Order: sequence, then structure tokens, then C-alpha cells
Amino acid sequence: MNKRFSAILQFMLFLAMGYAVQMAMDAGMINRYYSHVMTVMAIFVVGAVSLNLINGICGQFSLGHAGFMAVGAYTSAIITKNPDLILPAMFTGNVRFVLATLLGGMMAAFVGFLVGLPSLRLRGDYLAIVTLGFGEIIRILLLNWDFVGGASGYFGLVRHTNFFAAFLLSLITITIIRNFIDSSHGRACISIREDEIAAETMGVPTTRYKVIAFVIASFFAGTAGSMMAHLTQMVTPASFTFILSIELLLMVVLGGLGSITGSIGAAIFLTYAAEALRAFRAYRMILYSLLLIFIMLFRPKGLLGTQELSYGLLKESFKLRARWQRKKKDGITASAE
Amino acid sequence: MTISQQILQQLVNGISLGSVYALMALGYTMVYGIIKLINFAHGEVFMIGAFVGFFSITKLGMGFFPAMFTAMIFCAILGILMERLAYRPLRNAHRMAALMTAVGLSMLFQNLALAHSWIGASAKGFPQVFPLQRFQLMENVNISSDRILTLVIAIFLMIALQFIVHKTIMGKAMRAVSFDKDAARLMGINVDKTISFTFALGSSLAAAAGVLFALNYGIVVYQMGLLPGLKAFVAAVLGGIGIIPGAMVGGLLLGITESAVSAAGGSMFRDAVAFAALIIMLLVKPTGLFGKNVREKV
Amino acid sequence: MAVLETTDLTIRFGGLTAVSKFNISLEEGELVGLIGPNGAGKTTAFNMLTGVYQPSEGAITFCDAALCSAVKALQPFQITRRGIARTFQNIRLFKELSVLDNVKIAYHQNVKYGLLSAFLHTARYQAEEVEIEEKALELLKIFALDTKKAEKAKNLPYGEQRRLEVARALATNPKLLLLDEPAAGMNPQETQQLMDLINFIRKQFSLTILLIEHDMALVMGVCERIYVLDYGKVIAHGTPAEIRRNPKVIEAYLGEESASA
Repeated sequence: MNKRFSAILQFMLFLAMGYAVQMAMDAGMINRYYSHVMTVMAIFVVGAVSLNLINGICGQFSLGHAGFMAVGAYTSAIITKNPDLILPAMFTGNVRFVLATLLGGMMAAFVGFLVGLPSLRLRGDYLAIVTLGFGEIIRILLLNWDFVGGASGYFGLVRHTNFFAAFLLSLITITIIRNFIDSSHGRACISIREDEIAAETMGVPTTRYKVIAFVIASFFAGTAGSMMAHLTQMVTPASFTFILSIELLLMVVLGGLGSITGSIGAAIFLTYAAEALRAFRAYRMILYSLLLIFIMLFRPKGLLGTQELSYGLLKESFKLRARWQRKKKDGITASAE
Repeated sequence: MTISQQILQQLVNGISLGSVYALMALGYTMVYGIIKLINFAHGEVFMIGAFVGFFSITKLGMGFFPAMFTAMIFCAILGILMERLAYRPLRNAHRMAALMTAVGLSMLFQNLALAHSWIGASAKGFPQVFPLQRFQLMENVNISSDRILTLVIAIFLMIALQFIVHKTIMGKAMRAVSFDKDAARLMGINVDKTISFTFALGSSLAAAAGVLFALNYGIVVYQMGLLPGLKAFVAAVLGGIGIIPGAMVGGLLLGITESAVSAAGGSMFRDAVAFAALIIMLLVKPTGLFGKNVREKV
Repeated sequence: MAVLETTDLTIRFGGLTAVSKFNISLEEGELVGLIGPNGAGKTTAFNMLTGVYQPSEGAITFCDAALCSAVKALQPFQITRRGIARTFQNIRLFKELSVLDNVKIAYHQNVKYGLLSAFLHTARYQAEEVEIEEKALELLKIFALDTKKAEKAKNLPYGEQRRLEVARALATNPKLLLLDEPAAGMNPQETQQLMDLINFIRKQFSLTILLIEHDMALVMGVCERIYVLDYGKVIAHGTPAEIRRNPKVIEAYLGEESASA
């Protein structure tokens, strides 16, 4: 009970922090540009953490996360823009937006199920190519769908997303995914990453768990897509391309495959870096791909590995360092004797 | 134009398009067969091949065949370098590390092309190197000279590949390494050299496919490798990944299906066909048309 | 009553028949050995019994229920849930995970809380997780691994890794335990300890055990019955004494040894 209580307290504390930041933004203490960047950071945290569930925790390889964000974005945009479509007209304003975001996530989850089932049944790398193809197909279908504006995109959405909304979503995503990992169901997913055959012989229905992880991740990607659409007030087929999937992948890799805190840190860092390097836009993707290659060559488990960043880890590493230094000193005195 | 004429016409178009896919699929399948890696950068090798051919013709004033040959040599070297620098260090690492590196390479090549002052974002017209002629096979069924050329070159390269794989020492080594790397090493086969050779072979075929693709469609652009790459991979899966004749048949099959769908009025869905084919294949027979059921050693 | 019975189990890889017409029958509570020269098909037989490979022909009956027949074949995880557990010849632990987590994963099938409880860490989740942890620690204690519960599995010494694999298999609560060369790479003293342990858990958990082993003295010492496999076929079965005298076995397996003796 105690553990649960402290978890809830922690959640509330973060929530209050987010709310305080939002108030500061409303009061004009943080300028609009920074507010926007911070909101984008929170949305990318959702994208990166959910992708980490597939690529890092479950050991599968998805290359189409942006595609699921697109599904969520378009679904929610259709709902908020048409007052009596899909949801009854009695839901308006922010309530409609919240419901639309949920439905966007559910639609993405459903599509994730359809895409994941045939490819996750198999061992091997089929998911990578199927999700890559899926991202392309979604883009082509959207380009040709006049109802949502075709190539020029879907415009004139109301700006429902503010920092607090995005922050709340990221908080929920992190909590749910972290809790999931720390459960028997999550351990089943991790066992698949470690050794699929052994997992199966230990009674883990591997296909089912791969699909579950994939569907959960797709759901959160969909909600992130909805947030993004209602922040930028538009969605176009170019908003969620393969390049975005690669950026999210880089966040996961940079933060460490399987490390939730790592993904959060990397999402914030890379969003910041993208803003700071605006002048070098043309070279950004070259830099990103080189980064991806070099991390894989020299740290195949990602920059930070599966290690979670925590106060405890920090303490451990200091202890290690102290021990190492002591040893060095001892070594010196020993050799002096 | 009767239905049967229409079908024949699409068959003709499909076979020529499919032969390009087949050439590319061979590279995927050979690399997968030997190191169990989906080489995501294969589509970009195709793109680079097309550009090397393009610049050999427009900047160096070469003829078509020398240009294609140059592209093949260039990409063979590129393939060797790629394997040596990016994939070999990861051969014993986690499977995903190599896969992500491949994705990284694919992005790198695409964006280097985009940033290069000779290439850039806009599509460029591939010169009409041979005067375009149309031949009538029968009433209402035509084939252009470029298509005939494509088909002839593709068939020639596939026969050459079969010869290399089945009649040369290097081909025998390739088959041995793809069957069992460790046993091959014990038999005195230079595994590293064999893998390098496989990359060179696959990449040069992709380059040839790129040049032929550019010749047929008349354009070169930095993103041209993405969709054909994806489709060629599907072709490889259709035929059974790792199986060389499978890639040829898969390529032709996909080319024909795609032509048929776009003729039936679904040109918008043309690109979705390959994807649907992949999903259906994975559901029905994931090992592909020619695949045998091989399970992981436990 | 036979716990496990196979009829004419056959598997072919391409043109090669790895195991042909494999017939065994295990009674409840027995400790039976499966021996044979390298490449005889012992591990392949295990893989068929646990559903990792699908037999080309034949049927498997476990506790009067068909696990595999011409009509249907169960998935490995379903077979585990029916009560067959195994270890692997080349240890397949979850290397990067802690000793405790390795065992906890094997309790997965008994977990009753759903995804929602997992997302929210409800009271139900808490209660079941506490129970799983207690059970896992209890099991680790039997195998003298409880002091190393937080170690990564890959950091354990070899003998302890083998023990952990047996513990993990037991956590699935099996009726039948398949051990694939459990003593491989152990010194005689470790082997003796392991055998005592196997005898102990067999009684403690009322198990039936089928065991692949190369250490002849060991197999002859502990097994009540022995099946001998050669070139994919069962060439003999009987008590250790019978096997020792069987000319076919001597020729196939002990040939060199008896010739040199």
C-alpha cells in the first residue's frame, strides 16, 4: 500500500509541477516560442517512450511509428473539425478534443493490431519492413483522400493542445508503460527480447505479447499524433513521414534500448537540438543517420543501455568511483612499499 | 481493344517492370541468405547506381552500356565498403544493431544525395539514349525498345549470376557460407571475402536495375530507391527470402500484378499492391513460394 | 498410467530423417534416461516433445490428452502450460536479467491479474506480485541460489547457471521435466550434487523426469529405465543392467569403450 501511495504522490507532484509551468506560460513568464518547444518535447516523449516499448523492451523492430501518429492525428482531426461526425454533437470544446484523442489512439491501436498480427507471428525482421511499408502506404492513401484535403492537408483545427495537456499525456504514458514493464505481463515481453525460444518454453505466448506491446505502443503514438495535430492546428501527409519515425528511433537508441528514462532524456535533448540546429537543417538528417550508425557500431544497446537513470544509479556510480579511486591510491601506496 | 489484348499488354509491361524488381530482389535475397540481414540501404544503392549512370552519360559523355558498367563497378565497391565498415563489426552483435545500422545507412545515402549540389531535391530527366521505337507484337499489344532492352539485359544478368553461383569457386563458397558459416570456415573458405563478394555482386545488380529503371521512367531523383527497394524486398519474400530463383520469380510476379492493378484503374493503389501482397504472403506462407520450412536450431 | 506416450514420432528435415518411429512411454514418477551417440537425435526428440519442432508424423499423448497428432499440434507455450518443462543443452537463460526475474518469468502462466491491473498497479497486482516473489525465492532457496537473486544470470558460474535453468523449469509447475544434459561441463563433485538435487526435487514435486546425459556412470546410476537412440531410432530400452548387456548398445555406443577394455 505504501508503495502505491508514494507512486500516486509522485504522480501528483509532477502534475502540479506541469500545472505551475503552464501558469507561468499563461502569465507570459515563458515566451511563446519556448512554450511551443516545450510542448513539442512532451509530445515526443510520448512518441519515444512508446516506441521504446516495442524496440527496447520487447526487442522487436518497428520503423513506422510516425504512421501510427498520422492515424491518430487524422482520426482526431476529423472528429474535432466535424461537430457531428463519429461523436455526437453534444461533446464540444476540450471534452471533444480529449475524446477525439482517445479515439485517435484507439484507431491507431486497431491499425497496429492489423499490421502487427501477420508480421509478429513470425520470428525475424519482417516487422521492420512491414511497418516501413505501412508508413508509406498511409502517406499515399492520405495524399489521395480528398475529404482530409489530400496533399495540401487538413487545416484550421482549433488549438486545443497546450503544454499542460501534452505534459499530462506524457506523464500518463510514462506511468502506464513503466507500470506495465514492472509486471508479469511486462516481464513476458522482456523475456521475448532476451530469448524468444526460452520464453516460449517457459509458457509465455510470445506472439500474443508481441502484439500486446505493439498495440499499446500504437495507441500512445496515436494520442501523440492527436496532440501534435491540435498544437500545429493542421495535419498534412508530410507531417508524419519516415523521417519522423527515424527521429523517434534515434531518441530510443540514444537513450538506450529498454531505458524509459533514457528515452525521455533523449526526446527532450533531440527536440532541443533540432531547434538549436535550425540553421543547419539541410544537414540535420545526415548528422542523425551518422549518429545512429555510430551509436550502433560502438554501443549496440544504445548510448545508455537498458540502465534506468535514477538517484540510486547516480549514488552507485559515485560509490564505484570512490572505490576505484581508493583502489588506485592503495595501488600507489602498495607499489611505493 | 479486347480484354485478352489488354491482359497481354499488361503482361508485357509487367514482365519488363518485374525484371527490374527481380534484379534488385536478388541483392536482398543474397545478402539475407548469407548474413540474415535485411539490407535497408539496398534501395539507396539502386538510387546511387542510377545517378552514377546518369552522370556518366551527361557529364562524362559515355554511351549507355559503358555508363551502366561504370555504375555497376561503382556500386560493387560501395557495397564492399558498406559491408566492411558498417556491417562486419556488428556480425556477432544483436540482430537489431545491424538492422538499425542498415536503416541509418539508407538515411545517410538519401540525405547525402539530397545535400549534394549535383543531385538536390528536384528530379532530373534521364536522357533518351536510344531512339524510342515501338514494336507491335500483335494488334493493340505494343512493346517499346527500352522495355525490350531492359528485359534482355535483366535476363543476361540473371543468367550470368546463375553461372557465377553454380559454376565458379566463389559461387560454391557463397552457397557454403550461406548454408553454414562455421562449417564453411572450417573447410578453409574465407568467409569474410565471400560475404564481401556477395555484397559486391548484389550491389552491382542493384546499380544495373537503377540505370534500367531510370531509362524506362526517364527520371532520376534522390528518393527513387525507397519504393522500388520496398517492392524488391517484397518480391524476395514472395519467392522465399534467401532463394535466388525465388527472387526472380517473385520480381516478375510483383511486376505483373502491379501493372494489372494500375491497368484496372487503381493506379493510385499501385504502390499499395506490393504491401498487400507482403501481408497476404506472411499470413499464408511466410517462407515464400519456394521456401522450405526451416526452424531455428535449438 | 503412462504420463507420456509417443507413437511413431518421426521428423524429417528436407531429405534427412532425423528421428524415425520414436516410441517411448513414461510411467508416473519414473526417472528415465535417453542416451545415444552424438547426432543420434536426442535433442530433436526433446524439441518435438516440447513443440519447438513439429513432427512430420506420429502422435504425442500426455496425461491422456493429445499434445500433438496428425490433426493438431500445440504451441510450445501451450505444452508448457499442460505440464512439460525443459532445460536446454546450451543453456538458454535470460542472460541480462536477474536470477530472480528468470524464475519470476516462469510463473507467468499462473498470473491472474490482467493488463489493466498491470497498468495501474492495483491492489490485486500488489498481492499477486508479492506471492510470486515469495514462491520464486522459496524455489531459489532449494537450489541454493537465493543469496544471488539480484545477480545477472550471465554472471553466475557455469554450474549455477545450470541449476538456475532447472529451477526456472520447475517454476512452471510441471508434471514432466525434460533435462537436456544437465551435468554437461560439471566436475564429478558438482555432478553428484546435481544428481542428489534431482532426486530430491523429483520426490518433493512428485515429478516424472526424462533425462539426456552423456555421463554413462551417472545415467546408469540414477535412471530406472533407459532408452537408447541411434541414427534417429530407438535401438534398445530396459533397465540399466539390461542396457549394459545389450549387444546392439555396446556396438552403437559403448563399442569403443568395450573394445579398449
